[in-house]
Amino acid sequence: MTQKLVLIGNGMAGMRTVEELLKQDPGVYDITVFGDEPHGNYNRILLSPLLAGEKSLDDIMLNRQEWYAENGITLHAGKRVEAIDRMRRIVVAGDGTEVPYDRLILATGSRPFVIPIPGKDLPGVISFRDIRDVESMLESSRTGRHTVVIGGGLLGLEAANGLMKQGMDVTVVHLLDSLMERQLDKPAAALLKASLEARGLHFLMEARTDSILGDDRVTGVRFEDGHEIPADLVVMAVGIRPNTELAAGAGLHCERGIVVDDTMQTYDPRVYAVGECIQHRGTTYGLVAPLFEQARVCADHLARHGIARYEGSVTSTKLKVTGIDLFSAGDFSGGEGTEEIVMQDPAGGVYKKLVVRDNRIEGAVLYGDTIEGAWYFQLMREGTDISDFRDRILFGQHHLGDSGHGGQTQAVLMADDAQVCDCNGVCKGDIVNAITSKGLFTLDDVKAHTKASASCGSCTGLVEQILASTLGGDYESPEQKPLCKCTDLTHDQVRAAVRDHRLTSVHSAMHFMDWKTPDGCAACRPALNYYLISTWPEQAADDYQSRFINERAHANIQKDGTYSVIPRIFGGETSPAQLRALAEVAEKYDVPTVKITGGQRIDMLGLRKEQLPGIWGDLAEAGFVSGHAYGKAMRTVKTCVGSEWCRFGVQDSTRMGIELEKLTWGSWTPHKFKLAVSGCPRNCAEATIKDFGVVAIDSGWELHVGGNGGVKVRATDLLCRVTTEEEVLEYCGAFLQVYREEARYLERTAPWVERIGLSYVKQRVVEDEVGRKALYRRFLDSQEIYQFDPWEQRARGVDEHEFTVMRQVGA
Amino acid sequence: MNTRAAMKIESEWLEVGRLEDIPRLGARVVRTPDGDIAVFRTAGDEVFALRDRCPHKGGPLSQGIVHDRAVTCPMHNWCIHLDSGEARAPDEGITNRYSVRVENGTIYLSLTPLES
Repeated sequence: MTQKLVLIGNGMAGMRTVEELLKQDPGVYDITVFGDEPHGNYNRILLSPLLAGEKSLDDIMLNRQEWYAENGITLHAGKRVEAIDRMRRIVVAGDGTEVPYDRLILATGSRPFVIPIPGKDLPGVISFRDIRDVESMLESSRTGRHTVVIGGGLLGLEAANGLMKQGMDVTVVHLLDSLMERQLDKPAAALLKASLEARGLHFLMEARTDSILGDDRVTGVRFEDGHEIPADLVVMAVGIRPNTELAAGAGLHCERGIVVDDTMQTYDPRVYAVGECIQHRGTTYGLVAPLFEQARVCADHLARHGIARYEGSVTSTKLKVTGIDLFSAGDFSGGEGTEEIVMQDPAGGVYKKLVVRDNRIEGAVLYGDTIEGAWYFQLMREGTDISDFRDRILFGQHHLGDSGHGGQTQAVLMADDAQVCDCNGVCKGDIVNAITSKGLFTLDDVKAHTKASASCGSCTGLVEQILASTLGGDYESPEQKPLCKCTDLTHDQVRAAVRDHRLTSVHSAMHFMDWKTPDGCAACRPALNYYLISTWPEQAADDYQSRFINERAHANIQKDGTYSVIPRIFGGETSPAQLRALAEVAEKYDVPTVKITGGQRIDMLGLRKEQLPGIWGDLAEAGFVSGHAYGKAMRTVKTCVGSEWCRFGVQDSTRMGIELEKLTWGSWTPHKFKLAVSGCPRNCAEATIKDFGVVAIDSGWELHVGGNGGVKVRATDLLCRVTTEEEVLEYCGAFLQVYREEARYLERTAPWVERIGLSYVKQRVVEDEVGRKALYRRFLDSQEIYQFDPWEQRARGVDEHEFTVMRQVGA
Repeated sequence: MNTRAAMKIESEWLEVGRLEDIPRLGARVVRTPDGDIAVFRTAGDEVFALRDRCPHKGGPLSQGIVHDRAVTCPMHNWCIHLDSGEARAPDEGITNRYSVRVENGTIYLSLTPLES
């Protein structure tokens, strides 16, 4: 029999839990939802833009009443649950409606805190919590003129800004001497205050409210110093309190909030609680991102997967005042043992501060330029050691140059028709519309609906910023991203499981890790297969159907469905005989385009798939092997001519390049891997934008790692200097092997080195000699198995089905 | 097989090969004067046929990664349902479906597209 699930609270946390549950396992429960308010479910975060007149009520609805019916959910909108009978497992609403439950979710949210002063109950004194509050504020703004907002925090400032936009004369009253003291330090708060004053808001700082004046309706506010100001409307926005009344009345253990454990269960295991009403590990939350994480965990348990745990959230905040860019995360108060990295340009309206302890970010406050907020937040959550780049950290991740969005770094300054994603032609307005009209909360949602940042990813920071400024502080930035939608596990967890449990086939790995889909998807299967073959080169079966088409067909698919063929030319050094052979092959197969690649190889484009084994056979006969130019694999070694010919050359870079390519060809890597060798520090082979770059110096070789050209140019970091060619090979093999064993699938060396830190790479590859030799050994062992020519095999008939049509019909 | 397919006259069924000619979670192409048809085989040995063109930008679906009853186009990662030919939301688009049946391990295909 279907179990009965009752949700009390039709807000964002509760409904997100239900939506997650429907996604994970739609059939388990017969669901009933109770909500105080007479609507479907709406996006409470967008109440500020609703008040400011920037959004309509329609814009902020998430699920209309019809949605509930379509999903078989019974909605009691406008009915307040008055009691829970845990003995009989029944909830009782104010109108006498009784609904039994097997599982119950409490998502009763919070209520505004009202200061207990005379006049607090007068008409015209309201809080800022729901649609009704917004409606009464708008009502007052049509008749009155003077508004006093008590509370200079996030909510108060948003209310003040909205009412000012509605034509009111607004004074914000704040108890302390600095606005938003929980999110901002004093310099940032001063910038914010100046900017809001310039827009027409008035402030009364360090003002303690004594009473609210008026007989039938509010007429003014009096302060403790006796000073009075007129008011037609008073908005109380001094804070919120978890709404625990119902839970406490039912005998559930409550402190400041309803106490829950890591599985979102209250002291009664049949009763779950999520959202602003809960207290988890001593903390209560009022932002959306943590609520969504809780919803996911709760749904996981309700769907009886039972593996997710909520371990608390680190939160970040943004202010939803159009045109003001502000970001705050973590603990920015500083204190013993912390250091501050600060950049301040008051005239330019920019302020950035990072609070650092032991080279790890503890808190961040950004004002005016917040594009790096997401990056700092990630560094903070992951506890990344920033010592390798702390001298440049305030200039941001993009300081080395970004192609593809015209250097634009501030979403708020962009016009709606400005293009954000230049790969897919998506403008800022398209993104904002999708976020508001479709109720999107995450970067993944935006990618799926608009395609923005779904291709090269260079505009991801900008899209996150638009998401943040549209939704305000509360957009979801997951702590640790699952590998894909087929699992809750992260890349690192999957890889650890593959290693620790000796998983050697894609199917058994999915089974072992409880994959949610029967055979994964196009994102996780290639990743899993890579983790298997890089961890267990000898034991694991390379799963052909889990490879992307290029790695199945061993050629690069082109936009018209034809393929390109790039034979390996070791070190880029060729010969008349080789060129003649290539020319003959190109003519024989009528190759439409022959082109030199960026990596100094020769590309034959426009071949039909059926032609491939034939051309490969001819190439193999002429002594060529596959160039692997199609794979997440070692690609090419670019070289300059070096000391053999060049008058400046100090070492034989071409020879070194050939040796490196002979060592490394055929190896599979998390992402493509490119090398280069330059014969002198003039660096004509551009080795300092390669994954592994070698630059000849008079006394030997300089080794560089973690560079790439492309979307985000990153120059390499210097790893070390070595003397002999043997050392170059050993260090290269060892570096490749750490990357192969530890980077996430589709993570290039540049972001990988930034994530784990150069110091770590140096420790593994340079300082630990025994470790380096072991890494090199493992690399060579893997090469024993994987260094073979896939083209020659296929020319002999391997995987014939891949290259022939099943049946040809008609002419 | 749906009823519309069942009503087709026997001569419309064209033998295209054996089930084992298509790898599990893979696809093969049947080339016709009216364009390529991709024939897919799922992990559970179900067989589906779609026009070998993604509704997005015409990418060859036969070259995609097959998972469950869907294929991900190799060009821009659109995911197409094998049973309906429809793109998975939020993407929108549909590609032609063809009736296909398997008898004693032999695959028969109808070259007339089904109406969507």
